Amino acid sequence: MSSPKAEAVQKTGATPRIEVIERYCKGCSICAEFCPTKVLEMETFVVKVVKPEACIKCMQCELRCPDFAIKVHTE
Amino acid sequence: MAYDYEKSIRPGKLPHIWCPGCGHGIVMKGLIRAMDSCGLEKNNTALVSGIGCASRLPGYVDMCTLHTAHGRAAAFATGVKMAKPEMTVICLGGDGDGTAIGGNHFIHACRRNIDMTYVIMNNFIYGMTGGQFSPCTPTGMKASTTPYGNPDPTFDISKLAIGAGATFVARTTAFHATQIDKLIAEGIKHKGMAVIEVLDDCPTTYGRRNKFRSVVDMMKKLKENAVPVQAASKMTAEQLQGKFLTGVLYKEDKPEYIEQYAKVIAKAQGQAS
Amino acid sequence: MAKKVALLQGNEACAHGALYAGAKFFGGYPITPSTEVAEVLSIELPKVGGKFIQMEDEIAAMASIIGASLTGAKVITATSGPGVSLKQELIGYACIAEVPCVIINVMRGGPSTGMPTGPGQSDVMQARWGTHGDHAAIALVPASCQEIFTETVRAFNLAEKYRMPVQVLYDEIVGHMRERIVFPEPGELEVIDRAKPTVPPEQYKPYDTSFGDVPPLAAFGSEYRFHVTGLNKAQDGFPTTKAEYVDAEERRQISKVENEKARADIESNEEYLTEDAEVLIFAYGSTSRSARYAVNELRKEGIKAGLFRPITLWPFPEKRVALLGKQVKAIIVPEMNLGQMNLEVERVVKGTCPVISIGRVDGEPLNPGQIIAQVKEVK
Repeated sequence: MSSPKAEAVQKTGATPRIEVIERYCKGCSICAEFCPTKVLEMETFVVKVVKPEACIKCMQCELRCPDFAIKVHTE
Repeated sequence: MAYDYEKSIRPGKLPHIWCPGCGHGIVMKGLIRAMDSCGLEKNNTALVSGIGCASRLPGYVDMCTLHTAHGRAAAFATGVKMAKPEMTVICLGGDGDGTAIGGNHFIHACRRNIDMTYVIMNNFIYGMTGGQFSPCTPTGMKASTTPYGNPDPTFDISKLAIGAGATFVARTTAFHATQIDKLIAEGIKHKGMAVIEVLDDCPTTYGRRNKFRSVVDMMKKLKENAVPVQAASKMTAEQLQGKFLTGVLYKEDKPEYIEQYAKVIAKAQGQAS
Repeated sequence: MAKKVALLQGNEACAHGALYAGAKFFGGYPITPSTEVAEVLSIELPKVGGKFIQMEDEIAAMASIIGASLTGAKVITATSGPGVSLKQELIGYACIAEVPCVIINVMRGGPSTGMPTGPGQSDVMQARWGTHGDHAAIALVPASCQEIFTETVRAFNLAEKYRMPVQVLYDEIVGHMRERIVFPEPGELEVIDRAKPTVPPEQYKPYDTSFGDVPPLAAFGSEYRFHVTGLNKAQDGFPTTKAEYVDAEERRQISKVENEKARADIESNEEYLTEDAEVLIFAYGSTSRSARYAVNELRKEGIKAGLFRPITLWPFPEKRVALLGKQVKAIIVPEMNLGQMNLEVERVVKGTCPVISIGRVDGEPLNPGQIIAQVKEVK
């Protein structure tokens, strides 16, 4: 269940659209901290998508966001 | 694809009341995925909780939801299940609610092996009242009512459930998000009392007092100390010191309460049993 | 066809009344002197497809009946004073969440364990004010085995009609006494089922006052989904702290029982020789049987005594007792406690006549001689 190792991951397919519902985000930073490719960063207690092209669609951020604030649209 | 949680959440109820970083939201997502994977019907599923932070969960979910009194979820749920056995009944709550004030109902629901699933979010503390120690606060740790460190021994909820007679007992953590829904789904499908203990984080009242630098720090501890049951069999007692087991800890097929009572009805009505 | 007749204990009559009313679920915990109610229902409920469960404690018993009631079943529990004390929090839950249920309290003495095998009437104020917070209460106090049967049926009717817990209190004497019971035929006594919602599921609100003071209650497991909580809530059933919602809901939940129309429907009294009474005895339960005997004896001696016997104790028969207070020289309130209903009688007569308490808490019944002596003293 541990995060995939960033270096071991091959990026495939198109860059997903990562949707952040800012109204729901409480700034806990779980998503950013556990993102294996550092797609997300915290900015004044709200998550920002800073490197969408690095996303490997592992969905860890969406799964662990306690606030229903992140959706990773892969299609 | 992004998971569609909205279809299971009551419109306009988000954002929820839980603090930043509280793992209850992660458990709620896991619960929704589990209920989806089991194909549960909204009208035929009851979510029953007690009082406390975790017990607020049913209010968000678009099912038949019953937010009861402190500690009483399992007893209310037993009434629901007995009166309408065709419903899927899931209890939700925290460690204080379920094992202190509600301890008697919890162990007796396990003893009866009634066909329910109890998801117990163990964050080691009474969060809603401001961080008093619970039966699950580790010995020595700080809570608002253990300023010198907790002198009390600790309940192991999963062992308690097994000892009391639950026939499916599993443990995971708020970090292990995908395991949450797998274990809850397995519990729902299990015929009998299923207890899924989710070790959870309360950064606001537990982490802050116990020198966790952040919620991420708490999550990492949950990750580091979790040992899958399969791996544990190859480890020494020394290696397992301070760790906890995750996965399906116990599973047994035993007569289930509703089925047993159906035999009572058959006997009372003069039918062969 | 001749009616079915049986010699039954009060507790057995209660169980048969529950079955007549359509009870389908009993959750209980053993406690003297109420256990025969559970024992009979453990035999009879499964015969009619109902469910009997002995829970792990009194609180769980109360919880289980509320849970079962929310699935649409008619539910009952039976206990005694210590059990009712333990149930109080959840009686309040049934009040605020408006869940129909019937609670039988076979009264013994108290406080605490008291005298488990002796009679008492000391839970009558608890029935009104036992749980915390403002709330309405309905409590019935039958005085004979036949009346336990009919009042248990009425308790279910009132619980279903007013969507709330209803308590039936009778003392150990009536609970364990055997009397001839005539079983009413089906249809002979009115049996009321709770109002079901008529709106489409998406429009349903569990506390929708556009349907009056008692909104229809849907059942879990039907086409309706809803949320139930013990928190103060808005009409949609979800928690709120908005002052105007909280205030309106609390007031409605009391007025649904205490408005004039509801009172007229719920109140039930028996008056015996009160028309010309100069001394009134206010008595309920087994004590009213001693009081009736006393009235007859006093009348033989030319003393104009009369009996007012509430069958519905809560809501209290305020208007009638106040009127009688203006008519008589004194009201005597014999009861197997130290003056609980005496306080209530005093409250409503507002000093128009003396109100005299005869209390007894030694585990012995209040006898006619005590009442006769007291009446002669005021005469």
